[in-house]
Amino acid sequence: MKSPRITDTTLRDGSHPMRHQYTREQVRSIVQALDAAGVPVIEVSHGDGLGGSSLQYGFSRESEFDLIETARETAGRARIAALMLPGIGTRKEMKEAAARGVQVLRIATQCTEADISEQHFGLAKELGLETVGFLMMAHIRPPEALVEQAKRMESYGADCVYIVDSAGAMLPHEAAARVAALKGALSIQVGFHAHNNLGLAIGNTLAALEAGADQVDGCLRGLGAGAGNAATELLAAVLDRLGVNPGLDVFALMDAAEYIVAPIMPFQPFPDRDAIAIGYAGVYSTFLLHAKRAGERYGVDAREILVELGRRQAVAGQEDWILDVALELARNNGQPVAGERLFEK
Amino acid sequence: MQADKVKVAILGSGNIGTDLMYKLLKQPGSMELVMLAGIDPHSEGLARARSLGVGASHAGIDAILEAPEIRIVFDATSAKAHVRHAKALRETGRIAIDLTPAARGPYVVPPVNLGEHLDAPNVNLITCGGQATIPLVYAVRRVTPVRYAEMVSTVASRSAGPGTRQNIDEFTFTTARGLEVIGGAAQGKAIIILNPAEPPILMRNTVYVAPSGAFDEEAVIDSVEQMVAEVQQYVPGYRLKNRPVIERRETPWGKQPVVIMLLEVEGAGDFLPPYAGNLDIMTASARRVGELFAQRLLSQKEVVA
Repeated sequence: MKSPRITDTTLRDGSHPMRHQYTREQVRSIVQALDAAGVPVIEVSHGDGLGGSSLQYGFSRESEFDLIETARETAGRARIAALMLPGIGTRKEMKEAAARGVQVLRIATQCTEADISEQHFGLAKELGLETVGFLMMAHIRPPEALVEQAKRMESYGADCVYIVDSAGAMLPHEAAARVAALKGALSIQVGFHAHNNLGLAIGNTLAALEAGADQVDGCLRGLGAGAGNAATELLAAVLDRLGVNPGLDVFALMDAAEYIVAPIMPFQPFPDRDAIAIGYAGVYSTFLLHAKRAGERYGVDAREILVELGRRQAVAGQEDWILDVALELARNNGQPVAGERLFEK
Repeated sequence: MQADKVKVAILGSGNIGTDLMYKLLKQPGSMELVMLAGIDPHSEGLARARSLGVGASHAGIDAILEAPEIRIVFDATSAKAHVRHAKALRETGRIAIDLTPAARGPYVVPPVNLGEHLDAPNVNLITCGGQATIPLVYAVRRVTPVRYAEMVSTVASRSAGPGTRQNIDEFTFTTARGLEVIGGAAQGKAIIILNPAEPPILMRNTVYVAPSGAFDEEAVIDSVEQMVAEVQQYVPGYRLKNRPVIERRETPWGKQPVVIMLLEVEGAGDFLPPYAGNLDIMTASARRVGELFAQRLLSQKEVVA
């Protein structure tokens, strides 16, 4: 096993549990700590990527471009990355992000829809950015189908393609098979992004590394959507024990998680019953808080909503279906729903 | 030869052009479809036109320019091609109904603003998501001012062709602009998601509308329900999955009530499968727009006579 490149996404995937309320001050202190601890890439943007600030996903407290600029000003060695999902963000936000300091652009599509990203890879390359392709919800398709999609991203100009376990639904052998298939078929790097809904974020990341992954993601304290991601400080400790530490200061990352991130977290992401339901049903991790909220409002078990969304094959970004399902389940339970006054107490 | 009908043609023999052909044959109204013009002699659309007795040509726009009796042309080609077509059609005095994102003429959404543009030589149908969601934003706007409107369109992967896939930003830009210009929202935002589920999902749209101040909720809901009934007149598969819901949401303007409408569009299945409601609403809107232009041309002729 070789030393992987680590991208920390506390300031992007962590934006979901933070309800997109990060401040410039928080960005500064987290970037400072990650940079000092030797993390080479730090991702900053709305949780749903550039342009994600919306009623559908939640509005950002501060402009993501201001947060990106703060991150870039603060970082000494680390490169600053941003996520973008074609269909949500556009080339307009990409240009602004590049102008404000983004150096790595991670372009994410459903794992079946890579061909919507061609214009975005093209622009990213024109802007001189390093590019990473993200195949989201990769558990829903077998390795050979993912290879076909990853090759498209490679042909558009991706420098790396990630297998993204957006639902935290993969088992270690499934993560390994997908990464190995891409490694065998692509001439560019391959990455893996885990979620901890089934308690397997570190385990799946290790399986991906054994299968040859070049890049993997983490978040301090696992602060990410659903039950969170692989914790960056845990990854550092494990990689160090394996003898493949890519230059991370293990104790400094533990301190950053403990003293910088833990105090600002609204809760500790954890595989609680609703998060396990996400991994079990195979739905997008960011549905967690939206489903909890809709469940409370309409008197429905959040797990029922999540399982039904899995049955309907909802994919990344479809938060609006949560309300639809909650209303339907409530109606089936004989509760009054739409047209009533539904203001919070 | 029907004297009381306006002769029309379709340019573009792909999925959209072919579906529109079936709609115009099924419900001709004041129009007589005389030609489907494409550029691929082996296209399935042209073969179908021939078997249905509709004039078929693979000479593209030239075939239409050589037929002066054609008064209205539906352009279902591409934005790039339409720029060229628009000029030729205008110079020869034809009305162009543009189903591409080229937007050479004003945006139209039949129940909202078509009446204002019946003298325009070229009108544009925005996007499928725009045709589906702008009527609902406008329905709120006619009751109370709208600060912000957002739409999320989810379409089956199989119903998104290469044109949409290669130009997905154009969908979001154009639709957001339509929410503002025609829907009447001070600010608009559009999101599109492709869903690969099997069997394919029906086209779904969620519309969030944040009014500028306090508003009469019952009046808003009534207005929305009336609008849905109006759209159903030309898109039978257009329906809300629920009465509009009003939730208090966090916004940049503080916590405020937001009207949320969950919309489903089932296609008529004329040529394209029913799940492709996104394509059906374009061809159904185009037929509706063509019908109103045709009626207008016929009434002008009567006045002259």
